[in-house]
Amino acid sequence: MIVLALVAILFFGGAIAWASEALDARMPRAVALLSLLASAAVLLIFCFSSSPGVMLAGGQWWVLESWAWIPRFGISLLVGVDGLSLLLLLLTLFLGLIALGAAWNEIQERVGFFYFNLLWTIAGVVGVFTALDLFLFFFFWEVMLIPMYLIIAIWGHENRAYAAMKFFLYTQVSGLLLLLAILTMSYLHFVQFSRFSFDYFDLQNVVIPGALQTWIMLGFFVGFATKLPIFGLHSWLPDAHSQAPTAGSVLLAGVLLKTGAYGLIRFTLPLFPEASADFSSIAMTIAAIGILYCAKVAFAQQDIKRLIAYTSVSHMGFVLLGIYAWNLYGLQGAVMTMLAHGLSSAALFMLAGGLQARFHTRDMELLNGLWVKLPMLSAMALFFTVAAVGMPGLGNFIGEFLSLLGAFQSNRVATIFAALGLVLAAVYSLWVIQKMFHGQLRVPSQYASAGDLTLIELLCYALMAAGLVWMGMYPQSFLDVSEVSLLYLQSLGGGGE
Amino acid sequence: MQNWIGLLPAFPLAGFVLLVLSRGRMSKTAASFIGAGSVGLAFVLAVLISIEFLNSGAQSFSKTLWVWMQVGELDTGFSFYLDGLTLVMILIISGVGFLIHLYSTGFMADDPDFARFFSYMNLFVASMLVLVLADNLILLYLGWEGVGLCSYLLIGFWYQNPANGYAARKAFVVTRVGDTSMAIGLFLLFSQLGSLNIQEILVLAPSQWSTGSGMAVAASALLLGGAVGKSAQLPLQTWLPDAMAGPTPISALIHAATMVTAGVYLIARTHVLFELAPSVQLLVAFVGLATLLMAGFTAMMQRDIKRILAYSTISQIGYMFLALGVGAWSAAVFHLMTHAFFKALLFLAAGTVILSLHHEHDIFKMGAMRRRLPVSFWCFIVGSAALTALPFTSGFYSKDAILLAALAHPTYGMLLWVGGVLGAFMTALYSFRLVFVVFFGSSHYAAHEAAPHDDHAAVVENTSPAMFFPLLILAGLSLFGGLISVPVDAVFAQSGVHEEAHVSQFLHTLMILIPILGVMISWLLYGSVPYEKAGAHLRQRLVQSPLGGWLNRFWFSGWGMDKLYQTLLVQAFLMLAHINRKDVIDIAFNGTAFVARFANSALVLTQTGNMRWYAISLVAGLVIVIGLGVFR
Repeated sequence: MIVLALVAILFFGGAIAWASEALDARMPRAVALLSLLASAAVLLIFCFSSSPGVMLAGGQWWVLESWAWIPRFGISLLVGVDGLSLLLLLLTLFLGLIALGAAWNEIQERVGFFYFNLLWTIAGVVGVFTALDLFLFFFFWEVMLIPMYLIIAIWGHENRAYAAMKFFLYTQVSGLLLLLAILTMSYLHFVQFSRFSFDYFDLQNVVIPGALQTWIMLGFFVGFATKLPIFGLHSWLPDAHSQAPTAGSVLLAGVLLKTGAYGLIRFTLPLFPEASADFSSIAMTIAAIGILYCAKVAFAQQDIKRLIAYTSVSHMGFVLLGIYAWNLYGLQGAVMTMLAHGLSSAALFMLAGGLQARFHTRDMELLNGLWVKLPMLSAMALFFTVAAVGMPGLGNFIGEFLSLLGAFQSNRVATIFAALGLVLAAVYSLWVIQKMFHGQLRVPSQYASAGDLTLIELLCYALMAAGLVWMGMYPQSFLDVSEVSLLYLQSLGGGGE
Repeated sequence: MQNWIGLLPAFPLAGFVLLVLSRGRMSKTAASFIGAGSVGLAFVLAVLISIEFLNSGAQSFSKTLWVWMQVGELDTGFSFYLDGLTLVMILIISGVGFLIHLYSTGFMADDPDFARFFSYMNLFVASMLVLVLADNLILLYLGWEGVGLCSYLLIGFWYQNPANGYAARKAFVVTRVGDTSMAIGLFLLFSQLGSLNIQEILVLAPSQWSTGSGMAVAASALLLGGAVGKSAQLPLQTWLPDAMAGPTPISALIHAATMVTAGVYLIARTHVLFELAPSVQLLVAFVGLATLLMAGFTAMMQRDIKRILAYSTISQIGYMFLALGVGAWSAAVFHLMTHAFFKALLFLAAGTVILSLHHEHDIFKMGAMRRRLPVSFWCFIVGSAALTALPFTSGFYSKDAILLAALAHPTYGMLLWVGGVLGAFMTALYSFRLVFVVFFGSSHYAAHEAAPHDDHAAVVENTSPAMFFPLLILAGLSLFGGLISVPVDAVFAQSGVHEEAHVSQFLHTLMILIPILGVMISWLLYGSVPYEKAGAHLRQRLVQSPLGGWLNRFWFSGWGMDKLYQTLLVQAFLMLAHINRKDVIDIAFNGTAFVARFANSALVLTQTGNMRWYAISLVAGLVIVIGLGVFR
């Protein structure tokens, strides 16, 4: 019931938020806040009441629920929550609240419809992280993307139509490949067991001959890797990020990218172990290239949001690297990177959005030396930049370190190149700090009266900063939650060194 | 007391948090108390712990505060490990650190960002303490990166000047190159030994690797990469001279006494690995030798008082590397300690000079400051004497131990010794050049030039108690610190190096006399009365001769390495980044969209609704098809 409750609260909350605009323009955000808090409360109550630690010993799934949906094609509402899902659900709802904080004062037009889209995106993500029926999974996959498309297209910045269309095309084309691969899997199940099934556990039993396995695996891989994104399939992301409103960027970077990584961990590698093992050196090479290449491109950007977007791609390289290392270190590293990058990139996008709201530009050439004027905002920017650089003691370090530690055991060359990304990360990050926050103050004169952080902003940043410190100083509380799930998935994927 | 070891870094860390939360609204008095007081508390605790530890007679003490990461075989905690080596380090860090904090309360008194300064300083001390207390390499890496971050923040402390920002970034990025090498070293160690606990590694490595095996060489070479970055040794030394852009107390604390010696600590801490890889250990010795000579020659040419001291630091750490390379572990640690005393003294005294002369850095614009800045003068005399290793100063004992150990090296003993003695000669030359040019001769100081907005800027030496007391203590330690014996014998007990060598009386006497000779030559060139004429004339001649001029520029620029890196790496990266600003991958995908649109419009042209056009294309198609059929 937990998953159903979560999704239902968010879906209905979205609908009510939209409708409530008729009463008062401030109603939708209040409704959105209430529904997010309610779903967060449901999840937390679940966390503490069902004492996951105890249940963990018995099985991998803390919740596994199923209702019939389209029995004729073996489609059911099969959902489950394990440690991996739980961590990502917590991240999703947390960042949902942060996104709400970012939108609170920024969104002034068509407010009701905005919060409708926001909540539906989050609902879609919650579904993605819990669905174990592949048809249902694909359904949520689409549910999460279309509202996001609308958020970019309607509330975005100057070039929003182009960015939204690009986002839409990339995700739809790759989604089509994913759908084809899912249908082929179901058909193979029909051939071998004479009934259709989209059930994750059924599909694990399907025997797929060599070449076909590679093709289906590639379908899954491309579908998820576009979302991650990997090097080569990333070019939708800088546009989408730079044009999206702040709340959209926060959700995109913080949560939506992680659905790609989740798909790889949950489906691609466990369902296609042999093909994935053959593919791993390619994937790890792509990861290393992406880390270095996107760090380099990031350095050259002038638009601060584009810059952060490229760093996101670069950091996602560590996730890809950790996943394809396919040992516990790499997987834990990938998960920790997903969580920590979720917070740090969300915070950085929110800072960029905050600057745009204050000075109406994202151009680094026009904003210099802000420390004198906005000391608190600048100090926050410094903190989250330092986190993104991978400073030990903060969450990102744990993720990147474990990813590299795991990757080193399976592919030394790729790992060494990927590690060079640590140097480039310092290069571009410190350049941003120098350019925007240090040096002589220079801002567009008509907005010179802009003030420092508001209370809502301060609260959001403080929460995210606390989260990163927690992850960095006591990561064990997260590692413990995901360990059993990851070991289970690893055993499916034929790994285990 | 030992059980409270966790409080050691916790005190300064708490100071950092309090100062950050105050957001600069705290009074300077309160900020001073928190900033310096937290480090003072750490020092008191360090002393109490040391007394208890030394009395207990135990070899080591360890304490786990909490589990950090437990994944598979990896099991690391926030765990501290205390032995003789750690003890020396925590006493230096908290003791010298406290004195420098105290000095800073005076030095930075007029700075509007007073609290921010002390918050970074406290964070630095906390990180540095974690670095030396860590019982595993990941926690060590935490401290390692943490001190690097603080170094970055403090070099660029006066952030409105872009040059400071450049120096800060350079320091962080260059050391990060080394850090990355070290990180890869950790991955290698873990993949081979399945542990990152330092003591476990020191036991596991000799049992799994034979001496000179490839893995031992690779692992120790990668760690060496980290050490040369942090300790500013060749080829990653270029960041340290620029790091002098930070406030002078920073240079004393971070870039002389503590952080830059972290590389020496790392190698000493993991000395077993280096013993397993004799080729790498020899490399350490030669890196040290090359660096100490290179930096010595460069220091000779500098005009900026702080850059002279910076190159001197690089050179002295070169001596420590030399000692490590010949297996004289405790001599390296001993020199680390004495160097922390006298170099901190020199930097703080330089700070007083700079502050009194309104931020004048050029030594040739000073002169005859002996009477006007008496405290700084005597500090410089004491510090330089120790730096030059004049007999019975602290530096004398430690450098003596290093050179004797170098001479005892079985194959390259003489070479290493001659290089080291030449370096000692250079040290005498450049350090007393500094002393004579600044404090003797005639005054070249022009107040209006250094402080154009202050017509009445007079040369007044600041001798407030907060600044005087640390100088006094450090001067005492520089003179008599050589009598302290470092309790590290148990740490390096297993290593089979014989540090006491039987050296001929002649060589030993020579070794002691050469620095004195250097001081005398320096006096002739820069200090004596006729120097103004003859010395200046001679130097003029030297600089004007083609070779002399070239050498002058070459040495002044730090042997052209900055320029080399600038051209080879920085320019190349900037160019690459610039030409691909628009991301070629994006262009490729947009190209697809363009082709689709073009094809669309081209096809639109064909659908004109014009009957003749359709007929013609039909006929043309037929002709082509028939043609293909006929001529096939």
